[in-house]
Amino acid sequence: MLYREAGDFKTSYGEDSQTFPIRLDRLGYYAVLAVAVFVIPFVINDYWVNAVFLPFLIYAIAAIGLNILVGYCGQVSLGTGGFMAVGAYSCYKLMTSFPDVSMVVHVLLAGVITAAVGVLFGLPSLRIKGFYLAVATLAAQFFLVWMFNRVSWFYNYSASGQISAPERQMLGVNITGADVEPWAAYLFCLAFLVASAWIARNLTRGATGRRWMAIRDMDIAAEIIGVNPLRAKLSAFAVSSFFVGIAGALFFALYLGAVEVGEVFGIQKSFLVLFMVIIGGLGSIFGSFAGAAFMVLLPVFLKNVLVGGLGWPTDMAAHLEFMIVGALIITFLILEPHGLAQLWRVTKEKLRLWPFPH
Amino acid sequence: MRLRLATVALGAVLAAGPVLADLVFPDLSYRTGPFAANGIPFSDGYQDYFTLLNERDGGIGGVMTRILECETGYNTEKGVECYEATKGEGSLVYQPLSTGITYQLIPKASADGIPIHSMGYGRTSASDGMTFPWVFNYPGTYWDAASIMVKHAIDVSGGLEGKTIALLYHNSAYGKEPIRTLEKLAEKHGFSLSLLPVDSPGQEQKSQWLQIRREKPDYVFFWGWGVMNQVAVQEAVNIRYPMENFIGVWWSGAENDVVPAGAGADGYKSTNFTYVGTDLPVFADMQKYVLDAGKGAGDSSNMGAVQYNRGMFAAMLAAEAAKKAQDIHGVADITPAMMRDGMEALEITDAVYEANGMPGFAPTITVTCENHSGPGTALIQQWDATAGKWNAITDYIESDRSVIDLLIAEDAAAYAAENGITRACM
Repeated sequence: MLYREAGDFKTSYGEDSQTFPIRLDRLGYYAVLAVAVFVIPFVINDYWVNAVFLPFLIYAIAAIGLNILVGYCGQVSLGTGGFMAVGAYSCYKLMTSFPDVSMVVHVLLAGVITAAVGVLFGLPSLRIKGFYLAVATLAAQFFLVWMFNRVSWFYNYSASGQISAPERQMLGVNITGADVEPWAAYLFCLAFLVASAWIARNLTRGATGRRWMAIRDMDIAAEIIGVNPLRAKLSAFAVSSFFVGIAGALFFALYLGAVEVGEVFGIQKSFLVLFMVIIGGLGSIFGSFAGAAFMVLLPVFLKNVLVGGLGWPTDMAAHLEFMIVGALIITFLILEPHGLAQLWRVTKEKLRLWPFPH
Repeated sequence: MRLRLATVALGAVLAAGPVLADLVFPDLSYRTGPFAANGIPFSDGYQDYFTLLNERDGGIGGVMTRILECETGYNTEKGVECYEATKGEGSLVYQPLSTGITYQLIPKASADGIPIHSMGYGRTSASDGMTFPWVFNYPGTYWDAASIMVKHAIDVSGGLEGKTIALLYHNSAYGKEPIRTLEKLAEKHGFSLSLLPVDSPGQEQKSQWLQIRREKPDYVFFWGWGVMNQVAVQEAVNIRYPMENFIGVWWSGAENDVVPAGAGADGYKSTNFTYVGTDLPVFADMQKYVLDAGKGAGDSSNMGAVQYNRGMFAAMLAAEAAKKAQDIHGVADITPAMMRDGMEALEITDAVYEANGMPGFAPTITVTCENHSGPGTALIQQWDATAGKWNAITDYIESDRSVIDLLIAEDAAAYAAENGITRACM
């Protein structure tokens, strides 16, 4: 009853191979986009932007990046925090060395630099797989954090070792710094998210994506049928690190404003993004969004309900939050190991037939 | 003029009427995580003092105080979320008790017009009130602490020429703060400085202490927090380092830090600027009005502990600044901007301490626009493991402001240049 697919015929190859072939999906996507661009900027305030929307948008980009690597190409990576740090520090060095260049260029270049670093640390994937590759990327995580702490050139020799984003404008509006309007930061990150998701979706459903999935499913068989494993694996690392680097640059410049690498981009960050990807659903762009929303929104929601609503003491609420998130993760993985994306897929399939059972 | 009259009238009405308005003091505390051991007593002390003011005095200037507690876990992202969540409630002053969160909040709070009091922590160059009008760090800064520790070492050993001092520090903005000052002091006094960073949260210190055992520095200066303190003291005991040469900063000298190491921790020193113990009239009031009445913030066992008293002191300074702000502006229900004016005009004399039932609790403090960090004095206290208490072994020592003022000016100028700030008194 909801999905009225009768009479929805495709008359061109373009229509047939579009991302959302079903009309309701397409309309839903346009509706969400319209609300995100035209409604939310007018109603948000500082708290919603800084506690809910910016983290969600930025982590969604990082989750898309990691999903490409882990979900589509099957290369386990625990180096996400380190790569986000590369993105953040490249953005910082670019912002301070070229103050007149637009922020958009800086963020994109930060992504490119992170892609290069990602390819470098992805070279072990040509020889090792699975758990051992995870350990190699873990080494990348620790090495990068150590490097940004130790080599003072990266933080411009400041005494505190912190990097802070100087004020920058775009089209006359403040984008970074302390005086940013909530809607400006929100729209900037939203633009990057929409672009990243669009690129990722089209890469993953094209030939590149199929090569990645072939490597993930059985890399030896893939090599036999002509998929170049070196190109596929390294391109997965490159594209993934590009997105993760953009996420890191936005995380530093727009969300936090000042960053201390050990605390912000430690191993906790790598685990967080990995959990987002696993809970959201490996190998699914929607899954990256779902996972990011789950991991970002749930603690804030719990805090507001337990402390704000029920008036419980803050430490009890913080401890309960850990327990509830952990329990939800475990329950999730037992009930639906393929993540929230699979739940959505199953729901959609049922909805397409509803109210008919078959 | 008419607006001021109206504000005064409104203020009087609000103050005299039923308690609709109150003075909001957010408490960005951490009762979870590796730093909770020190965060809990500080937050307890902070909240209990405001409860005492409410119960005993009916608030500040007749307006009740209200605490908004928000758990940060010493995490920067949560700190930002807590700030954004509480700033709209009329919060008067932020005391994040975390150098990392303070650095994060300095530009935000300055833009939003809410003062930050980073008491003895945070960004040292905020001492220059002309560059940082909204940030205060009285009664002292980390650079003062470093200088005081060096002075004490000179007093004890007669001279530091040719000696080595190792700085064991938390590898974050907090721990890196004293490095520049110690390097300058090393040039001035002729000692050599070795730097030993410990990655957060600081539970892994074996390799650093092996290095100390090998190099045998004459002094070890310690900048730790939370679990790092306890581990460091234990490791020092393990390698049998002479405890009287092991000096921690004022955040590394509390009971929780030394009790786990037992008798071996005897002789460990730290700087301090607040009273330790419960032998003052204010504690009797605290016991009567707050703890016995069951209104204590924590489990009521921390009264008199180093961090609890520190928290009380932070609350007392905020309350005095609020009173000052009420006096200056003639309004009981002050805004954050008025609070800032109160903080910048703050004068805590011995008489003020007496009036609050806290004679000799801490050094006298004068805050001006040029100097937001107060006197910069502290004493050295030493742990007596058998008696289980900290004893002050020196009087208040003054820091070497000739070195420090230059460094502050340099750092503040760099910040002003980076952010396009023109130095001026507000």
